[in-house]
Amino acid sequence: MYKVKVFVTLRESVLDPQGTVVKNSLHSMNYNEVSDVRIGKYMELTVEKSGRPVEEAVKEMCERLLANVVIEDYRFEIEEAVAQ
Amino acid sequence: MKFAVIVFPGSNCDIDMYHAVKDELGAEAEYVWHDAENLDEYDGILLPGGFSYGDYLRSGAVARFSNVMKEVVKAAEAGKPVLGVCNGFQILLEAGLLPGAMRRNDSLKFICRTVELKVENNETMFSSAYEKNEVINIPIAHGEGNYYCDESALAKLKANNQIVFTYNGINPNGSLEDIAGIINEKGNVLGMMPHPERAVDELLGGADGLKLFRSIVKQWREAHVVKL
Repeated sequence: MYKVKVFVTLRESVLDPQGTVVKNSLHSMNYNEVSDVRIGKYMELTVEKSGRPVEEAVKEMCERLLANVVIEDYRFEIEEAVAQ
Repeated sequence: MKFAVIVFPGSNCDIDMYHAVKDELGAEAEYVWHDAENLDEYDGILLPGGFSYGDYLRSGAVARFSNVMKEVVKAAEAGKPVLGVCNGFQILLEAGLLPGAMRRNDSLKFICRTVELKVENNETMFSSAYEKNEVINIPIAHGEGNYYCDESALAKLKANNQIVFTYNGINPNGSLEDIAGIINEKGNVLGMMPHPERAVDELLGGADGLKLFRSIVKQWREAHVVKL
């Protein structure tokens, strides 16, 4: 069994309106060292072992559903989990 | 002409869409549930607004994999008119029937009011009853209508005259090039954020949306008229 952590963010080239608002808010609190904020999504998948390599399956899930690759980038981390 | 109004869990403009074509135009229309297996009997497909599947993950991302969408793709390939409004537009983008994607409004606010649109292209089956550059009043109601596509996709949209409606004067959501509605290359799939189905009766504040539905029916009648 695997524990997969998926991170989805808007692409660098795409303006992130939420991130901009949060950045401005941090600036108003005098955290002027913050030069950029990008807001994204975090998903945890629990994936059973199957005949297929888990990286390949998760990549496909990201491309097809979890991220919209027109505007979003994704990355993921896979940890082998011991069944409870 | 018989329309299918596709209903997803969370659709909330389906009744307005049905009303627009059935009561205002006198066309045939039926509600079709998202798990329908076949759309062969319908001549036009309407994807209404709302919040299909609660807008979970992304607007339209889950609806795009519902059963009926395979049939919508088939209908689009067959050249039938497919209109997606608001959430319907978002679903068409997620399904890849139209290029691009939606971001949240630049104001981060849900905006519900009537806006001015400019008819950029009146040579489509959805806009032939309008004049070119005609300015019309149509309500919008969305939080994610900030249209985006990359430069090459935008160049293609422009080269093929696929931008059908733009916001006139004030851009409410920050969309690229003031885009409010686009059509596919073939010219039979239109997606738009504004709600023409909410502007079909002067009593309710305006009827500028009626011409859009009239355009579809007119085109269909002309294509199916029996020459004696």
